[in-house]
Amino acid sequence: MIKVEDVHKSFGEEEILKGITTEFDKGKTNLIIGQSGSGKTVLLKCMIGLFKPEQGKIFYDDKAIQSMNDEEQRQLREEIGMLFQGGALFDSMNIEENVMFPLRMFTKQKKEDMLARVNEVLNRVDLENVNKKFPAEISGGMQKRVSIARAIVNKPKFLFCDEPNSGLDPNTATLIDNLIQEITHEYDITTIVVTHDMNSVMEIGEKVVLLKEGKLVWQGTNQEIFKTDNEDVTNFVYSSNLFKKIRDVQLKEG
Amino acid sequence: MKYLQDIGSYFLMLKKVFSSFTKTSVLKHLIFKEINDLMISSLGIVAFISFFVGGVVAIQTALNMNNPLIPKSLIGFATRQSVILEFAPTFISIIMAGKVGSFITSSIGSMRVTEQIDALEVMGINSLNYLVFPKIVALMFYPFLIVISMFLGILGGWVAGVYGGFSSSTAFISGLQDSFIPYQLFYAFFKTFVFAFILATVPSWQGFYMKGGALEVGRASTTSFVWTSVLIISANYIITQLLLSS
Repeated sequence: MIKVEDVHKSFGEEEILKGITTEFDKGKTNLIIGQSGSGKTVLLKCMIGLFKPEQGKIFYDDKAIQSMNDEEQRQLREEIGMLFQGGALFDSMNIEENVMFPLRMFTKQKKEDMLARVNEVLNRVDLENVNKKFPAEISGGMQKRVSIARAIVNKPKFLFCDEPNSGLDPNTATLIDNLIQEITHEYDITTIVVTHDMNSVMEIGEKVVLLKEGKLVWQGTNQEIFKTDNEDVTNFVYSSNLFKKIRDVQLKEG
Repeated sequence: MKYLQDIGSYFLMLKKVFSSFTKTSVLKHLIFKEINDLMISSLGIVAFISFFVGGVVAIQTALNMNNPLIPKSLIGFATRQSVILEFAPTFISIIMAGKVGSFITSSIGSMRVTEQIDALEVMGINSLNYLVFPKIVALMFYPFLIVISMFLGILGGWVAGVYGGFSSSTAFISGLQDSFIPYQLFYAFFKTFVFAFILATVPSWQGFYMKGGALEVGRASTTSFVWTSVLIISANYIITQLLLSS
């Protein structure tokens, strides 16, 4: 479980996060949604320690990251898996080396054991015969899957995904969404996904947090998102032409 | 004010490079890779330039010796002094600022743009130690490259002098051995180490702290070459003043 308490973050004069407080549940895919510039990625980067909030606290299983010493923070980072928007695979390494990287850095396993684990997670994300290929030689969707494999290879307790299906076709995007949800349940981890894709909300939004201009304006489940009267939610949901048309058809049909 | 901030950020980077070390087995692998990327891959260009510039130095010296009282051995002497004192350590370092420096800046800059550095940080790895320390260690082998440059520069001078008909081999070699001061080798290698450190760290700093996209990576590479060259030339002046003029 991850708890965020009154988090503020500014860049220069501009305040990006204006006191966010919420909780992300274990064993669920938690989605942070909102329009571009609403502070989703900044909140995610505050949670993983890439940005330092000026005010507020972030708790990992009831322990505030701010009160952890360097060693505790290092150990925590070993328990975090991250899927970046562009995959962030290391160009100079082949797929096998990319996925093996966290194991080489943080474990003392034999090479054969590491290789077995790498093949296991690559199979889990439905990738075969790509071990010796370099990231530039595989498609965007495959890169995302390799990135998921790298994120889960060291059995993390927390998985963060920054716009995991951006730049992917709808079918592949759905596959990636489903894969993230399956892995969340299988490993019983706390997963946080930043997205502005309503399809993802529909598919995997077991808990949804809506940000607007740096403030949390609504939270609930993907079932509740279509039932709420919250104006910010309806504005966000129906900013998609597809959802607008579906609503219009439903209204016509009574 | 910005320059002061940049200088401060450079020294803070150095402090971080030498803290929270990456696992030894991983570091060893990275160091070998950097030796290959930065040193071995530069051998060809360094050998080519050294040989021909050494030859040009010998020809220029010979063509400017109008007085018949000046011994032909001066060609060998002038070639040795030019190559050992300035050409190999300084001129080659400026070329390396273009070749190795821009490679370092663009590779680290691309990692920044594509969030690969963020990925390292999220994993709890000290990205500066992981990326920059192996480059510093690899460039500590830079004096070996300079030794090769010195040898080939002098060889180029001998070939041009002897086969160009400007000097006999005996006179050239006699000039090479004339008034040799071993301290000058210490001076040449001392500054080579300083230049190696500049070559590893200034382009890394430029790449690591760049912001933006692909265009900025290109800009950072150019800026990196300019600043690395300026620092090498400035350090050369200061070291020469301190070590040779007293």
